Amino acid sequence: MSHHIIEVDDLHYSYPDGTQVLKGVSFRVTHGEKVALVGANGAGKSTLLLQFNGCLLPEAGRVRIGEMPVTRKTLTHVRRTVGLIFQDPDDQLFMPLVYDDVAFGPLNLGLSPEEVDRQVMQALAAVGAVHLKDRPPYHLSGGEKRAVAIAAVLSLAPAILVMDEPSSNLDPKTRRQLIELLKSFEHSLIVATHDLDLVLDLCPRTLVLKEGRIAADGPTREIMADETLLASCNLEKPLRLQGCPVCHPA
Amino acid sequence: MGNIESSLLNIGYLETLSYQQTPLHRLDPRAKLLTTLVFIVAVVSFGKYEITGLLPFVIYPVVLIAVGNLPPGYLAKKILLAAPFAFFIGIFNPLLDRAVMVHLGPIGISGGWVSFGSIMIRFTLTVSAAFILIAGTGLNAVCLGLDKLGAPRSFVMQLLFLYRYIFVLTDETLRLARARALRSFQGRGMGFKVFCSMIGQLLLRTLDRARRIHLAMLSRGFDGRIHLLRPLHLHYGDVVFCLGWSALFVLLRLYNVSQWWGNWVMGLIK
Repeated sequence: MSHHIIEVDDLHYSYPDGTQVLKGVSFRVTHGEKVALVGANGAGKSTLLLQFNGCLLPEAGRVRIGEMPVTRKTLTHVRRTVGLIFQDPDDQLFMPLVYDDVAFGPLNLGLSPEEVDRQVMQALAAVGAVHLKDRPPYHLSGGEKRAVAIAAVLSLAPAILVMDEPSSNLDPKTRRQLIELLKSFEHSLIVATHDLDLVLDLCPRTLVLKEGRIAADGPTREIMADETLLASCNLEKPLRLQGCPVCHPA
Repeated sequence: MGNIESSLLNIGYLETLSYQQTPLHRLDPRAKLLTTLVFIVAVVSFGKYEITGLLPFVIYPVVLIAVGNLPPGYLAKKILLAAPFAFFIGIFNPLLDRAVMVHLGPIGISGGWVSFGSIMIRFTLTVSAAFILIAGTGLNAVCLGLDKLGAPRSFVMQLLFLYRYIFVLTDETLRLARARALRSFQGRGMGFKVFCSMIGQLLLRTLDRARRIHLAMLSRGFDGRIHLLRPLHLHYGDVVFCLGWSALFVLLRLYNVSQWWGNWVMGLIK
């Protein structure tokens, strides 16, 4: 299915205040690929994510979702194809009850009430949150909020999932459950994160973003082994790849 | 600081109360909304010096509190919290209106005091009805009822967003206030100047959050209209509840039951 492809070609973007954030980014993510997007704070990760579903539009260059370039005219299609999950679930869960929130997208698509209900229950079941459906989002725990935020996007049946820092603010067990959940998805997945151990578990491929350009693009294992590259991008070897401090004290 | 925190928890408690399963909670929100409205209009429409006519209306909050298993002490505290508003509206009446109106034995009571008493009774009745509506229905369901009754969608949405984000906003405010308190020593740093910049901070953060929420809405196909999917069904009981109470309020408004009662008792004594 060709619409599972994201193609970014020489993308430039600067914010209205003149700060240039993306200075010629190019890459291609194909169907079912799980790709990590890593880089220092301010490298442009979040800005890049917002380009994928047209929340921001390129200044020069282009973003393609499948065959379709992201422009004002294609927004409806693009937003249905690309599900964007924000870093702070409180920004994303704005409806009074969990059910309403998950139903928000499908209702905007104009689906029939029965169809909406089916999609919502399916999405909630996929993240194991059916029991939360009548709760107001404010009273949920961090992990529950994250799960519901994912369901809210899944209910649109997107082909590509884009996530910003999915593991932030989660306790280790919840983080593990999230990783297992994401592993089980067949969607194309792009994850922007500082959690390099999560990258190691989840994404065979890694993109390293540095000062608005792609500094490296390749198999995660290789990139995580390249200490000079990691250091130059304010990154560090994943903890799991570092020596054990008990067995081999420095 | 502790005060903001605990009063916020209290709002949460009001919400928790609305999760109960009682005959009151099972009623359609529209029925409760309309009944509350009729109640408030009936109470407010009395003349300036009315007291006796208002008293029988107490039956509505009392019955609902009993049926809805609501804690009267908690509601009373909430009402007291809002009381200063009504108090300051009414407190000048006794100063302006000094003509003696009622004689209770040797004591003459001026029209100002009577109207002040009337304002306080009205306030207690209407505010308690509003609290009972929220505690017995939940604000979200009240909004849904408003929407179904044809209130402007943008107004309903404002209310829902306000209710959704007031917790997030107060959390943010609390964190700011705590951060300041922890680094202020001997009252230094607690001044007005710092307060102003904190308010500014909060505004900027709120604008940022609003922008992110809007993006999140756009990402899920928001096109300027919010759709709600929750069917409401009016049952026989809802209609009886609404019409029954409304009829009683109209009766109580038209006929002064307290006076009848008083005359009847006096007749018995004679």
